[in-house]
Amino acid sequence: MSTTERDSVTDLAALDAARVRLNSDEAVLRMSQTEAEEAEGYRAPTQEGLGERMIMNMGPQHPSTHGVLRLVLELDGETITRSKPVIGYLHTGMERTGEELTYLQGPTNVTRMDYASPLFTELAFSLATESLLGIEVPERAQWIRMLMCEVNRLSSHMLFMATNGMDLGAVSMMLYGWREREELLRFLEAVTGLRMNHNYIRPGGVAADLPDGWRDHLLRAIDPLPERLEEFDTLMTGQPIWQNRLQGVGAITTEECYSLGVTGPILRSTGAAWDLRRDMPYLRYEEVDFDVLVGSFGDSFDRYAIRLGEMRESIRIIRQILDRMPSGDYRIQDKKVTPPPRARIDESMEALIHHFKIFTEGFKVPEGETYAAVESPRGELGVYIVSDGSSKPYRMHVRAPSFVNLQSLPHLMKDSLIADTVAIISSVDPIMGEVDR
Amino acid sequence: MSGDQGEVTPGDDSGDDVEVETLHGVPVLHSGDQVTLHPSREEYVELLERLREQGFWVCVDLCAVDYLTHPGRTLPPGMEAGRFEVVVGLLSPERRERIRVRVQVPGEDPRLDSIVRVHPGADVHEREAWDLFGIDFEGHPDLSRILLPDEWVGHPLRKDSPVGSIPVQFKAPQELRR
Repeated sequence: MSTTERDSVTDLAALDAARVRLNSDEAVLRMSQTEAEEAEGYRAPTQEGLGERMIMNMGPQHPSTHGVLRLVLELDGETITRSKPVIGYLHTGMERTGEELTYLQGPTNVTRMDYASPLFTELAFSLATESLLGIEVPERAQWIRMLMCEVNRLSSHMLFMATNGMDLGAVSMMLYGWREREELLRFLEAVTGLRMNHNYIRPGGVAADLPDGWRDHLLRAIDPLPERLEEFDTLMTGQPIWQNRLQGVGAITTEECYSLGVTGPILRSTGAAWDLRRDMPYLRYEEVDFDVLVGSFGDSFDRYAIRLGEMRESIRIIRQILDRMPSGDYRIQDKKVTPPPRARIDESMEALIHHFKIFTEGFKVPEGETYAAVESPRGELGVYIVSDGSSKPYRMHVRAPSFVNLQSLPHLMKDSLIADTVAIISSVDPIMGEVDR
Repeated sequence: MSGDQGEVTPGDDSGDDVEVETLHGVPVLHSGDQVTLHPSREEYVELLERLREQGFWVCVDLCAVDYLTHPGRTLPPGMEAGRFEVVVGLLSPERRERIRVRVQVPGEDPRLDSIVRVHPGADVHEREAWDLFGIDFEGHPDLSRILLPDEWVGHPLRKDSPVGSIPVQFKAPQELRR
């Protein structure tokens, strides 16, 4: 793994070749759910030269499918010829729900999409709303948002380490991963009040200032981590079994990733140094120093190694934020957008009215449309909002990275063995709450 | 950005022949630092192919919007508003730029050419837009429901399908239901 400044120059001819390959390699099984159920089981060979063909449904209750992902696999013996991810088992119409909630209630809804990294969806939603409102949140709020997001990235990658280990039979990794994640979640709980679904980042700033003693608490959580990450390396990275299980499994190229819209660690594992935090900076990422890690083979091992490395980079960012956290307001002092401080309500009629208005009908957002994107642990997470000038979004669409990344599964799994499917699904790291929304 | 931007003449109130600012040969609107292109349905696929050759390789996002109850939105002068709009977000990693393409799709004829041939990644997005809004993407290899069950009737994110219009399914045994 190396840290480079845009080493792979993608040219159009390579992209065209990738596009042709993706459109014609017949990796995707075009078969409806009903057809798949009927076709399930053994079929005698229909064509000359083909072995025994079989359709197999894997999931949605399979323990290694990270929730309720179902895969329809077409098998030739032990080899996967075509496949199709079937999703929607967790669909609850959250985009529609978002149209019925005010901008202030919005984060409560979107935070439930990607439940492993909820703060990122809140952040993207808040950035989109703020861009429509034309406001900029105070300096301290920006740094708090960055701090919380990086802690969340650590806990999300820690979850990946745990489940990836579990999927591949490294059970001790599962225990270590959960243990470290727990410490990080305790910090998030101390700040936001909840372990998950925080509703902490809101349009206008964050919900509350960092509590007393947050610095010590955070240091207690991240100080042991570098040493623990070394342990992970000893436990897995150098192990021949781990390497044989992952290296060369589920490989993809940069051009294929671009054509499929795949982002995040999967894209970076192919050698393309693309990270929104560096390439299209938001918050104050321009002012902190970190490396964008890239792989070279685009296989499951690279995806694992990149996430492990990104945790080290997140710790590096967190330490810089600790040094530079400014003082000041944690949310914008705009009476129309954020509620007044509790003490003001007792003494000012106007403050009471503003408080009442914000929590009953919400604040009005000027007409327009906007798209805001952040780099979530899984890739580009974007929120597209159309406002009609009322206090609720006219349309709210979330570009969920897992939803798009899942498209790569049939291409990753083509001509691989059934035993590798678990390794491949795990390395894509989909969160089904975000896929189905 | 290519330099084929048309001249915008300020103070021209004649209405009929307002010169429309264009970029890449189609009308363009700016909101803040975000650039939005407004091609017609016929120009759409060809425009995306052209943009792809100019570096906008990544189709980041595609979604539909139903403007049934919000007809008065801002569009380039002379552009006829349709009930639906398909919004495509494109990204150029090389130029570190984004560009948005909005196509008007009339409500009585919700059809649009598929861009899966241009951007294979638009596959799931188009299936989602079909599923939730009922926009028919012509030429899509497998335009089927993706989030809702196969046997679902209707397209729930349309504005004429109100929240709560679908009864909640309770799957408890008959004797437990009151």
